[in-house]
Amino acid sequence: MFSLDRWLEVFDTIRRNKLRTALTAISVAWGIFVLVFLLGLGRGLDNGLRANFARDATNGVWINANKTSVAHGGYDVGRRITFENVDYERAKKVEGIEYISAQHFVGGNRWGASMMTKYGAKANTFELAAVYADSLRLQAHEMTQGRFLSPADIAQTRKSAVIGQTVAKFLFEQASPIGEWITIGSTAFQVVGVFTDPGGAEEERRIYIPVSTAQLAFNGGEKLGQIQMTVGQAGPAETQAIIDVIVGQLAERHNFDPTDPQAVRVHNNIEQFERFKKLFWMISTFVIVIGLGTLAAGVVGVSNIMMIAVKERTKEIGVRKALGATPWSIVFMITQEAVFLTGVAGLLGLSAGVAVLGLLGKLDNDFIVNPNIDLSMGVGAAVFLVLAGALAGYFPARAAARVNPIHALRDQ
Amino acid sequence: MLRLSKVNKYYQVGTHSLHVLRDVDFEVSDGEFVAIMGASGSGKSTLLNILGILDDYDSGEYCLGETKISNLSESKAASYRNRFIGFVFQSFNLLPFKTALENVALPLYYQGITRRKRNQIAAQYLDRVGLRDWADHLPSEMSGGQKQRVAIARALIAKPRLILADEPTGALDSETSKQIMDLLSEIHQTGITVLVVTHDPEVAARTQRTIRLRDGKVVGAHEASASHPGMAAMPAAVP
Repeated sequence: MFSLDRWLEVFDTIRRNKLRTALTAISVAWGIFVLVFLLGLGRGLDNGLRANFARDATNGVWINANKTSVAHGGYDVGRRITFENVDYERAKKVEGIEYISAQHFVGGNRWGASMMTKYGAKANTFELAAVYADSLRLQAHEMTQGRFLSPADIAQTRKSAVIGQTVAKFLFEQASPIGEWITIGSTAFQVVGVFTDPGGAEEERRIYIPVSTAQLAFNGGEKLGQIQMTVGQAGPAETQAIIDVIVGQLAERHNFDPTDPQAVRVHNNIEQFERFKKLFWMISTFVIVIGLGTLAAGVVGVSNIMMIAVKERTKEIGVRKALGATPWSIVFMITQEAVFLTGVAGLLGLSAGVAVLGLLGKLDNDFIVNPNIDLSMGVGAAVFLVLAGALAGYFPARAAARVNPIHALRDQ
Repeated sequence: MLRLSKVNKYYQVGTHSLHVLRDVDFEVSDGEFVAIMGASGSGKSTLLNILGILDDYDSGEYCLGETKISNLSESKAASYRNRFIGFVFQSFNLLPFKTALENVALPLYYQGITRRKRNQIAAQYLDRVGLRDWADHLPSEMSGGQKQRVAIARALIAKPRLILADEPTGALDSETSKQIMDLLSEIHQTGITVLVVTHDPEVAARTQRTIRLRDGKVVGAHEASASHPGMAAMPAAVP
């Protein structure tokens, strides 16, 4: 099939028609560029979404105690619900739960208590969270020193504390905080671990202490403000079922209507994640459709230009036919030219697209992370291009092969 | 060389059928030099198309050499055109982006001969028409007479048995016309059959015989050209 001569004929024609070649090449290169760019952008958005959710467990569920909004069991609306340790113990037994914790809001402060914390002469207010040991699993924290709270800390109401990096830097500067005693409010706690968080300094301004110790030290009784859990690999429907069971238990014990939207507030990362995923899927699909549309327009453009080229070359084709060119040799000549043009222009567009995606990936941006296209997509695009080129060339070529030589040659 | 018997050709124009060739009957022997004359609209270009296997006819019979030309496939027709027939056109029809040498070599491209080989052969043929020094020039750099010489070299390169010339001097002045006709005569003398379509009596006079067409019919088919009484007697050479 390969014939140097045929290629030389093609190059001859291309060299002779620089403007036409350039226009054709630009329309194809642009189409491919837009397609690659949009595909990569879609991928980048998807990666960005995942990275954002990676901060907290994507399968996390948070249930907050709130006020009733529906009268139930003889109680009026507006009654404040407070969870208790028993609620945590009961929820823990529900099937499908992977990790579970609960938080006591110190001083009843539902937005996280700020407590004066001292070490030696240094003092500042930091956020205090009184939780169970599994709480670590609900956060994206990573321990840099020591350990997180253990079940024994809770069971024995130990005065253990896990502090964020920001806290450690403020109170201890370069020194190791492990084993040191800090004063929170008026109670002394011993630091057992330091954590870091991808969310940055704000997330690291927190101190974790055992829920049992907090209830004792800060006069909290058995009160809990929030139950937190992860649900493993459960999908949105299964997650909802688990939530329903737990809310049912809570409603029973605290006498509220389980359908009351206000009595407890459920924050469900899975649902959120799935919703975002669907949204991003739609964006990606939209983007791909636009990209393919642009590419299709490019291919139609090539076909159009080739069609005009054939018209323009009617005479040449007539001469060639009179001199003994077979219809197939004409079809090959035109198609080969189109394939070559779309191929080269397409590769240019592909490279440009990949290069621009590379630049985009270098930008520090939370929404677009590592935008790229993978090898199979690149190969697919290349194959698609050659096919598109063949298609773009074939129809004009067929028209060219039908040229009547004498009409063509008489055409002055 | 070639024989037409009762060849008819119709063109469909809208709902009307135009009868372009009516029972055209004639024969050209090997090595003859023949002119086909007729006013425009007399059907001479249609006849040329059929002779050149560029168009089909509707009824009758056309034999080229020993081959009956009817219902040939496109590629078969292309192959016959390539090997049996050399075309010379009024407007030269050289490819403008190819040099004289490449233009001459083009028919050999369609025979699958290598570039080096065909350029070699093309150089010989350019030499024969006296344009060896013009091999690397584009047609746009040449005069009409030179272009027609290139076209004639191109028509000859595939060693055809028949040259079909369509108004070969139509675009040339009288002096150049004379030179081109001299060249065609020379070619004829090498034994190649030459058919010239023309409306110019002076061109027709240079041939051995004139076939006249009027309204698609042959009139006075066997009239010998007056000014060349000796030519008709020349023996036909087979190449």
